[in-house]
This record gives sequence, structure tokens and C-alpha cells, in this order.
Amino acid sequence: MTQLVIRQRRTASAATRGPGRRRSTRTERGRGAVGWAFLAPFATVFVVFLVAPLAYAFYLSLYTKGLATGERFGGLDNYVRVFKDPSFWSGVWFVVRFTAILVPVQMAVSLMAALVLDSLTSRFSRFSRLVIFVPYAIPAVIGALMWGFLYSPSFGPLNGIFHAFGAHAPFLLDRSNLFYGLTNVVTWQWAGYYMIIIYAALQGIDPAIYEAARMDGATNRQIALRIKVPMVFSALTLILVFAVIGTLQFFTEPQVLRPISNGGISADITPNVYAFNTAFSYGQVNYASAIAFALGIVVFLGVYIFLFATRKRGGLLR
Amino acid sequence: MSAQTQPRRLGSHLFLGFLVIYFLLPLWFLVVASTKDAHGLFNGSGGALWFDKHFSLFTNLRELFSYDDGIYLTWIRNSVLYAFTAGVGATVLAVLAGYAFAKFDFPGRRLSFSMLLGAVMVPATVLVIPTFVLLAKVDLTNTPWAVILPSLLNPFGVYLMCVYITESVPDELLDAARVDGAGELRIFLSVAVPLMRPAIVTVLLLSVVGIWNNYFLPLAVLSDSSKFPVTVGLGLWQGLANNNNGGGTSLYSLILVGSLVSIIPLVICFLSLQKYWRGGLSLGSLK
Repeated sequence: MTQLVIRQRRTASAATRGPGRRRSTRTERGRGAVGWAFLAPFATVFVVFLVAPLAYAFYLSLYTKGLATGERFGGLDNYVRVFKDPSFWSGVWFVVRFTAILVPVQMAVSLMAALVLDSLTSRFSRFSRLVIFVPYAIPAVIGALMWGFLYSPSFGPLNGIFHAFGAHAPFLLDRSNLFYGLTNVVTWQWAGYYMIIIYAALQGIDPAIYEAARMDGATNRQIALRIKVPMVFSALTLILVFAVIGTLQFFTEPQVLRPISNGGISADITPNVYAFNTAFSYGQVNYASAIAFALGIVVFLGVYIFLFATRKRGGLLR
Repeated sequence: MSAQTQPRRLGSHLFLGFLVIYFLLPLWFLVVASTKDAHGLFNGSGGALWFDKHFSLFTNLRELFSYDDGIYLTWIRNSVLYAFTAGVGATVLAVLAGYAFAKFDFPGRRLSFSMLLGAVMVPATVLVIPTFVLLAKVDLTNTPWAVILPSLLNPFGVYLMCVYITESVPDELLDAARVDGAGELRIFLSVAVPLMRPAIVTVLLLSVVGIWNNYFLPLAVLSDSSKFPVTVGLGLWQGLANNNNGGGTSLYSLILVGSLVSIIPLVICFLSLQKYWRGGLSLGSLK
């Protein structure tokens, strides 16, 4: 049945296109060249600053550099070393745990904020929408610096607040509280951006659907959970991908907060920080390339599998 | 009905109120802390979240712009230079490439488009280390080009433009212009581009913000502090402040007032252009 419909459609489109096509083979080929001409500048940058560095990183990662031996071809030696390196695995483990906690928190905050903002039309709600979004316009470095100051035991407000209750303020960047400290910084920075994406999708829904649901006796909560959330599913998929990619690439915040964490944040806290320090503090570019490449493969596979799994429900790949 | 919705509204507003306080807290702290001198920061009379009795914002500003021969202004200038040249460049490339993907059926289109989607997901970090080594081979590290050229790459911008153009630039209009004998470049500039304006503003804004906020790339490819953008510069001060290396100046007040000054332009930009980007940001999630 469906096959039949498809075949019918095909013949229909062939019929409409058929005669015109024969006449314009030359112009169409010409138009293909025009398409490439429009694409060419971007394609050049793409090849020079994406394909070439990736290929070069792979090439570098195949060589090892020793003090006595110099640079020599080592095949997959570096990768064997990466996968045996406890620093790499502790970084990956940190990032995975961090993703598992941070991403749901971020999604929950931004989804709830978007649903509430969508249901209100007051002046205060418009003001709140801007305020929640503002951190996106602030560089991650400055966000991290500000929260670092706020966490600081010497001049942050936490001490004062906790002293008022007769308690001792925790330092949110030491080893045991680091997780919460960093989760908070990243949520503050990005939740507003995700909120705007969801909010814009919510605003695109036809309000007649809510009317119909209300006539059928649906409560506001049911409308939010059963209609609004499923209808913005593709927006949620998009921000989930952004959030996961962002978290796996976690670099700026730990790198900026490292000096003030009194050793709470180590030089191998995430694979990115580890690769950066391996390359630029210890000069081991080959090994750092292998770390970065191994991380890239993990991220790429993870995201592609995820997109493939969600494609039927309207993700990025359709 | 109203009896049922009224308490919900109250609850919603309380929830929003809580969010507003949370999201404003660091900014409020920044504003307050910028008005304090070193003594006020550590032992201020009003605590961390209120003003000290000494109001030294203007002293701090003067100090900020004169410290180390006014290097802060150089950093701001560098940030503006990098963000605007690379932002405009990346947007032009994205508009051209998005138009090609949306409106032309050229050989290799499907393959290029899936490579583009793949590129959206390549972690930027994987690229930074080899990019640094490659740039070093052609002697471009520690020059503005080392930041600007790699920043021209914005696959997500291309994707956004492609989605937008597919939806809002009708084929019929382009074909009509072709029948009238207009050349492809002319059609692009005078028919297609005016229809893409909201998406162009969005992509431009996202590119500029992305480059302005970038930390990893400039940190890796620049070594001379007079070439730093403001993000890397403030990071440098932070490191010096923690090692008590400020040479007698309290770098903490400079970092705070410097952070405040550097975020003002972008926040104003975003707030004043919001009617453009608000629609644009949701582009990627259109059904």
C-alpha cells in the first residue's frame, strides 16, 4: 500500500519534472557549478581548518617522541598508552559522571523555566526571560571567575551566610564539593540559552491545540506534560546534543578555576584539560594528539549513535 | 477558573523570582565588588553582597585603564578586532554555503552535507592542538591570523542558514528572477539575501559571541600578552593574582572591574537586538 503511494508520487513528480528536465540539462549542470561556487569559500576553510588538522592530529598521534630516540613512527603505540593511562580514564570517568548529573539538571531547569515563561504574559515574565538569558552573553572565563570569587572563602558571601547560621561554609572547589561547584557554574552559564530554544519552540505551537485539550477536560499540568513537552521534542533533542557535546569538551571552567581550587582541580580533571596540559605544559604534542583524537572518536560515535536512535522522533537527522 | 489559576500564577511568579535572583546574583556581586578597593573586598563594611563605605569604582577604572601601560584597552581592542573580522567572515561564508545547500543540487551535495553535520559534532578541542602545530609550521602562531582564520569555520551557522533558507526563500521566486534573465549572483544579492535578514543577524551574533567568548584557541595559539583577547588577558591576571605577582597592585579589583567592563558591550548588543535573534535561535529545532 505505502509502496504503491510512493510509486505513484514518484511517477507524479517525474511527470511534472520530466519535460522540463530534458530541456534544461545544460542549465542544470551549469547550476550545479554555481552551487559549488557558492559553497567553495566555506569548503576551503572547512578543508584547511577542519579536515587538515584532523588528519594531521591523526598523523601526529602515530608518532612517538623520546628524549634519546627522537621522533619515530610508533603506529598505535600512543593509543595503547592512552587506553592504559589512568589519567585519561579518570578524566573520562569524571566527564561521564559530570554529564550524567549536569545534563539532566540543565535540561530540567531550562524546560521548567521555558514552560513557566510560556504560560505567563506579565511584564515580570518578559524581564525574567532576559535575565535568565543574559549569562549566555557572558564569556565562560568571566562566568567562571565570578563564581570563583563567590566561592572564595576570603571574600565570597558564603562565609557570611553560613556564619549567620552558626555553620562553617564549604569550599565548593575542594575535592569533595567540586562536582556541585562546577555543575552550578555551567548550569548558570548555559540554562538560559537552552531555555530560549525551548521557549521559541513552545511559542510556535498553535494555541488552538490547548483550547481543544481544555475542552476535553485537560488540566494545565496535563497540557504542559502531554502536549507541550512532546511537541517541542526536537528542540529538546537539539539542546541535549549541545549539552552533551559541551560537557564532554569541558575545558574553560576547570582551567580557569584550577589555580584557586587549592589542588581540588587536578591537571587531568577532564581529557581536554589533560590534553592541553600534556601539549603545552609538558610539550608532548604527539601524545596529546592521541588523547584529543581518542576523545574525539568517543564523542563523535556517542553523538552519532544518539542521533541515529532519536531520528524517528524528529532529531537533527531526518 | 480564575480561582484555580490564581495560585498557580503566584507559584509561577515565585519560581521566576527565584530564578531571577539566582541568575542575577553573580552579576550583582560583580557590580558591587567593582566599587570596592582591595581593603573593601576582603574586609568591607557591607559584606560581599553590599557596597563598602568607600566608593572606589572610578579609582578602579582609572587603575584598570592605566595598569601595565593600558594593556587592558589593548585586550579589548584585540577582542573587538578578532570577534568582528572573524564573525563577519564566518557569517558571509555561512550565508553563501547555506544558500548553496538549500537551493542547488550539485554533485557531492549529500556527502558534503553529512560531513557538515558531522563537523558540528567534532569537539573544538580536538582541532586546537593540531591547528596550533600547523600554524606554527607557517609561522602564523602569535599573530591575529592564528585566531581569526580558524574562527571562520562555523558549521552550525551553515546548518542554521540552510534550514532557514529552505523554509523562507521560495524556489518560485528564484526561478522567476532567472526567467527574467537575472544572473545567479544578482539573484542571490537582491532576491535571496533580503529574505534571509533575521537568520543573518542571528548567525552573525552567534559567531561574534562565540569568538569573543573563546578561550581555548587564543590561549593555545597566542603567547605574547599584547595580542591576547580580553578573556585570555583576564585569565592571565587571575593566575598572577593567585601567585601574588601583581607587583604591589591588587589585581583582584582590576579583574573584577575588568570583567564588568568587558561584559557590558555584549550584554547591550544582545538585549538591543533581541527581536532579531529570538526567532533565529530556534531555527535548528524547526520541524
